[in-house]
Amino acid sequence: MSADTTVRAGRTSRRLRAFLGNPMGVVAGAVLLAIVAASVLAPLLAPQDPNLVVLSEALRPPSGDHPLGTDGNGRDILSRLLWGGRVSLQAGAIMVTVALLCGIPAGLLAGYRAKWFDGVSSWIFNMLMSLPEILIIIVVIASLGSGLAPTMITLGVLASPDIFRLTRSAVIGVREELYFDAARVAGLSDVRIIFRHVLSVVLGPVLVRSSFIFGMAIIVQSGLEFLGFGDPQRPSWGGELSNGFQSFQRAPELVIAPGVAIGVTVMALVLFGTALADSLGISLRRRTKRPARPARTDDTPVVDRAETGDAPADRAAVGDAPVPAAPPAGALLRVEDLAVRYVAEDGTTKEVVRGVSLHVARGEVLGLVGESGSGKSQTSFAILGLLPPDATVSARQLALDGQSLVGLRESELRKLRGTRMAYVPQEPMSNLDPSFTIGAQLTKPMRHRLGLSRKAATARALDLLDRVGIPDPPRTLAAHPHQLSGGMAQRVLIAGAVSCDPELLIADEPTTALDVTVQAEVLELLRGLQRERDMGLVLVTHNLGVVADICDRVAVMRDGLIVEQQPVAGLFANPRHEYTRMLLNATLEDAPPRRERGDLQEVGS
Amino acid sequence: MLGFIGRRLATGLLLAFTVVTGMFFFLMLTGSDPARGALGLYATEEQVAVKRAQLGLDRPVVQQYLDWLGHVARGDLGVSSAQNADVMDLIVSRLPVTVSLALGAVLVAAVLGVVLGLLAATRPGTFDRALQVVMVLGFSLPNFWVAIILALVFAVRLGWFPATGYVHLGDSPSGWLWSITLPIIALSIGSIAAIAQQLRNSVITVNGQAYVRTLRSRGLSQRHILLVHVLRNASPPALTMLSLQFIAAMSGAAIIERVFGLQGIGAVAINASGNSDIPVIMGVLLFTVLVVVLVNLTVDILYAALNPKVRNA
Repeated sequence: MSADTTVRAGRTSRRLRAFLGNPMGVVAGAVLLAIVAASVLAPLLAPQDPNLVVLSEALRPPSGDHPLGTDGNGRDILSRLLWGGRVSLQAGAIMVTVALLCGIPAGLLAGYRAKWFDGVSSWIFNMLMSLPEILIIIVVIASLGSGLAPTMITLGVLASPDIFRLTRSAVIGVREELYFDAARVAGLSDVRIIFRHVLSVVLGPVLVRSSFIFGMAIIVQSGLEFLGFGDPQRPSWGGELSNGFQSFQRAPELVIAPGVAIGVTVMALVLFGTALADSLGISLRRRTKRPARPARTDDTPVVDRAETGDAPADRAAVGDAPVPAAPPAGALLRVEDLAVRYVAEDGTTKEVVRGVSLHVARGEVLGLVGESGSGKSQTSFAILGLLPPDATVSARQLALDGQSLVGLRESELRKLRGTRMAYVPQEPMSNLDPSFTIGAQLTKPMRHRLGLSRKAATARALDLLDRVGIPDPPRTLAAHPHQLSGGMAQRVLIAGAVSCDPELLIADEPTTALDVTVQAEVLELLRGLQRERDMGLVLVTHNLGVVADICDRVAVMRDGLIVEQQPVAGLFANPRHEYTRMLLNATLEDAPPRRERGDLQEVGS
Repeated sequence: MLGFIGRRLATGLLLAFTVVTGMFFFLMLTGSDPARGALGLYATEEQVAVKRAQLGLDRPVVQQYLDWLGHVARGDLGVSSAQNADVMDLIVSRLPVTVSLALGAVLVAAVLGVVLGLLAATRPGTFDRALQVVMVLGFSLPNFWVAIILALVFAVRLGWFPATGYVHLGDSPSGWLWSITLPIIALSIGSIAAIAQQLRNSVITVNGQAYVRTLRSRGLSQRHILLVHVLRNASPPALTMLSLQFIAAMSGAAIIERVFGLQGIGAVAINASGNSDIPVIMGVLLFTVLVVVLVNLTVDILYAALNPKVRNA
């Protein structure tokens, strides 16, 4: 219990520090405090009675007596704005309180108990969201008058769906967490679970939304005052705007000050909420990935090589130099000293692929083997030029059929994809666009890249689907991805990859996500297509059984570098690297007990 | 697809019915007095009682409700209790003003919001940060204040636009466009920011999806992928935002109308509210809720057209 409290206190102070480190939030907070203080202290601060009418002083410009001038009735504008702040703050407080009182309990109950209450309350709150607030307010005013309480309470109810949805989804999120079940098993009562686990999760987002609702309250309340729904004796920002608007022709500047008062207050609330969200790590904005520098440049290969200077040493420590001295002259794909780096936000560089050299000939199948995180996929995407924009690629050589890919612009690289080199992904369902039919997704590249007519592309797509073993091609062509099984989707993706006759195919764990029964068929299909079309195939996998089945040569990757590379027969008969032996042992049926990872690391690095 | 539209329409009509019924009883049972509202503060109790009988307000509330409902079913919204005007005529003559403003603002917001959202998502850096500033401003500045400033600068000072008044589309299309330009700008600024922000976020999410990388691996151009595949998959949340913005624009229009002296539904409702003119309030409410239902239905259909899973369900 005490440890729990300490953890929570630590988290709170860390968040507080994060918030205080954000100048925007601090400034917004200070502005809000100043506005609250000015409104509370209005009786002391205001130069004169806000309702004092001195007709002889009407429409005076700003002066020592009237810092913001006077209105059409000779009332001091600064005094009226200071007093007016009270109305806005009261309005915001009422609306936020009501929204929270309606939204949080209903959201907790709907998310926690689900069942019928969830359905009914969700329907009601959805209905509230589709009501134009001004009209509802007008109905309320017709019945209950235009006092601050009835209007702001109504607006609070109309704003509560926001809080309801937020709370409900947070509770559902918590309910799916393990510690929630643990708390139930431990016999905590529902009420205690809600207070200890759920409210702490909901509190942050609710505070953020509350600051926005507060801002909305100020705007809507001013709007109502502007329309004349308000007590003319009670100064308010909206009322001032309305007064200013009435003397619009004679003194247009009168509309400026109240508008600025509203705008600055709401802006401070919005920025405060945004800073709060940032410090709680629930930012409303998604961050974009920014290129560290234009990806895939290699203007200074020597420097890059110097940076990766530890790689050869690393390999040397292993003993056998695994990389063949020079790839055969006719190689389709030649990669030498490929490195992929990511620059983290704190400025440190993480190298996920280093010093990778490999080659694939036409008609050859190269297996790229290694455990997850070893850099296999990063290597594949680097070759295809499909790494995210924050990745940096460098290579001494990266060439497809003699043409260097290093330093190519995206538009030039694009012309090679599909027609020269193609890609088969790992997870079939997430790699088809859910909104388009299979036909649209298959024919589009052929039409755009090969210039085929719609008819010709469709005919070819049907042939391709037939070739990859899809039973009813016309029907599949008209289907959407969610109507296919995983195995069918992967066949469609293979058909798509070979549709524009590439010379090189890179398949990234093409069978991992499939049922065991389908895996063999899909591998057989890949092998068949590769032979028919004499393609070079890079098969990324962690499965040595797959390697044994269809690869000619194998490159074993670990921690971003290739530790061993040799023909498949040699690899199985005589693995040179300790890590390869470990992989083989882990795969083979009569494998000896697995070695500790610690031992391996000593040997490997 | 037809079943889907039917279900959504039924839900929408149920919503309209619930709201209208709830509001009728709320008005009747919370002490609003149309007879007093029609006659003013200085009428005697006897005069008010006569008026009450004349308006049928002395009957049981349920009977009044069923009576009203029966008339509505026949397209008769009754007669204003404060002025001698047919409610249907009143609304039909005023609604086009408000709907022009709200629809115009939402259309402008949709087009500019999509353009700005796409630019912000694909050009991180200065442009994206500038959009954040606009977003905060768009939310913080009350649109009726923006309207006043626009009127002050572009109508009063520069004289480029009329400061007040509405020109009917049938009378002069260019005059109509001229008369609603400033109100629409004022109404749409907040919505542009909201839609741009929503679209920016969902484009960034979709851009990170595996299928986008696979589409790139097929050699399709970035532009094609962005405008066809990413935009389509990113638009459902922006569409939801658009329908919320339309509802907000219907509210906002009531205030903006006042600034530009446009005789829309807002002015009718505000007067009716002051007079407790229940037939007019109910008529305005009914029409507005129906317009909202119609717009939500349109958004649902668009949503289904974009999303095959919804359509096939």
